[in-house]
Amino acid sequence: MEAIIEVKELVKTYQVGEVKVEALRGIDMTIDRNEYVAIMGPSGSGKSTLMNIIGCLDTPSTGSYRLHGVNVEEMNDNQLADTRNREIGFVFQTFNLLPRADSFHNVELPLVYAGKTKRERRERAEDALSKVGLGDRMRHKPNELSGGQRQRVAIARALVNNPSIILADEPTGNLDSQTGEEIMEIFRILHTAGNTIILVTHEEYIADHANRIIRLKDGKISGEEWRNVASHNNPLGGAE
Amino acid sequence: MIRLRVTFQHAGEGIAIALRALRANPVRATLTTLGIVIGVLTVILMITIIQGLNESFKGQISFLGSGLLFVDKMPWVITDDYFLYRNRPDISVQEYEEVKKHSHLAKTVALSISTGKPLKFRQRSLEQVEISGVSANYTEVITTFPKYGRFISAIDEMRNRKVVVIGSSVADELFEKRNPIGYRISIAGEKYRVIGVLEEQGQFFGHSMDNVAIIPYGALLKDFGKHHWVSIMAEAMDPARIDDLEFELTGIMRRARGLKAGQDNNFAVNKQSMLLNFYNQVTSGVYTVGIVIGGISLLVGGIGIMNIMMVSVTERTREIGIRKAIGAKRINIIWQFLVESAAICMLGGAIGIALAFGISKIIDKFLPTSMPLWVALFGVGFSALVGVFFGLWPAVKAAKLHPIESLRYE
Repeated sequence: MEAIIEVKELVKTYQVGEVKVEALRGIDMTIDRNEYVAIMGPSGSGKSTLMNIIGCLDTPSTGSYRLHGVNVEEMNDNQLADTRNREIGFVFQTFNLLPRADSFHNVELPLVYAGKTKRERRERAEDALSKVGLGDRMRHKPNELSGGQRQRVAIARALVNNPSIILADEPTGNLDSQTGEEIMEIFRILHTAGNTIILVTHEEYIADHANRIIRLKDGKISGEEWRNVASHNNPLGGAE
Repeated sequence: MIRLRVTFQHAGEGIAIALRALRANPVRATLTTLGIVIGVLTVILMITIIQGLNESFKGQISFLGSGLLFVDKMPWVITDDYFLYRNRPDISVQEYEEVKKHSHLAKTVALSISTGKPLKFRQRSLEQVEISGVSANYTEVITTFPKYGRFISAIDEMRNRKVVVIGSSVADELFEKRNPIGYRISIAGEKYRVIGVLEEQGQFFGHSMDNVAIIPYGALLKDFGKHHWVSIMAEAMDPARIDDLEFELTGIMRRARGLKAGQDNNFAVNKQSMLLNFYNQVTSGVYTVGIVIGGISLLVGGIGIMNIMMVSVTERTREIGIRKAIGAKRINIIWQFLVESAAICMLGGAIGIALAFGISKIIDKFLPTSMPLWVALFGVGFSALVGVFFGLWPAVKAAKLHPIESLRYE
């Protein structure tokens, strides 16, 4: 298996006024291509901080983070933005769509920042929206869509630039359980199709969808377990 | 090359984003542009009026040929004490004869003596008409032609004949539709026979050039006395040598008046360029005032834009966070806000120009105006520049926001 994420002795400290807060106190982990990992932990365990660093929204205080063999902690602002654009697809708990833009434009936006041509943007955005079953909702604005539909737009946006990782932060946290299941079904399909998915959650039944669960406590990994390992040998695995 | 293409693409996308943001808040955008509107309006209106005046002034002044000098008692434009000039001796006919005799550089030397008198024809009368006593070669230096009849001839001049060429408005007032040629009119009680009517001349800065009557200068001196405004007009053989002619005229006049070395000239040599200079001085003053007022409005407007852009950045902190999370670089965010602020300002500029255009059409009824295309383009372009300048700080502020903190912003 090809390692996509290699994290070594990762430490993140924040200065809050006079006090130094240690959010992460030495994390070591490796995530391979086509893994489906859930990161779990109570609030304050550092899982959001870890997710921000993996998502290149933040850089570690010490330690190293290699994404596709490239050291992220040495990147400047523009390189981080570029990496977020090409390697990471974010799915947030609160969807984080642009309210004034329609589904199509929301999905197209990462391709705009990637400098793709109008034609390519159009083809890929339409394709991504069809994949999440919203081919007929392209000109709807977020406030004209249900919660589940909004999250599906967000997933289409995360997918559209073919990222190495899909990073989902409590993706079902704002949805009822049935819609949540529908969203998890989309993640399952994406995983089967070869995508690498990292899920941050504090719900056991959501984490159950993953092949591996990494548990965090007080900024350290407190446990790790593998499930359904069989799908690692999925014939579709490895494709992007 | 690819970088450049991408940059243009970002610019295009920036415009689309900005327009979407403007549409979301049209009232705020319009109110914000008020300062810009007023600034652009002031400057454009000023330029429009001065351009219009320039065109008409240059048209009007052209009848005073550029190769023409006037020897007068006083300069046309007096910037110091008038009383220094008042007691100078009048220019005399003898001096005119001297200049005519001794000047080698002048092609033509003509004379004009001006006074104001009432005119009368039967029951009709005019209170105050400009009476010019001229030499017969007057039309060689001043472009004016009789519409009907003829001008004063050398024989009229020599014999001091009591003949008159009247301006077109004088003809209209005294004779209505009748042909005035051959009738006798009374100039302050003296009878003069009408021999010609001048073409319509129009106005020279509000002063009608058609309310005139032209007679031989000898007749004027005989009938109306000697103390009038006398001008000796000398046209240069070669307009390029007008300075030499001025020097020559000064010498002839000083000799005629017996001035000693060290004594100041007690006469003035005037020329068209003096009026032009004076005009340019006045208009540049008006320009300066207009630009200062416009500049202050634009500054205030610009600060308004900066303020609204700051508000906009704060309101859209979360949007900026989202954009950054999905890969927007700092430059993308800067572009977005710069284009938005430039677009607001250009909107203001366009409104200002439209208003200026409308107002100039109204002013045109009293004063000539002219709005060249470059003024409109300059107005819009300059507004955009103001937008970029005052949008820069908010845009940079937006670009520097940390993605995580912006995403958490409620």
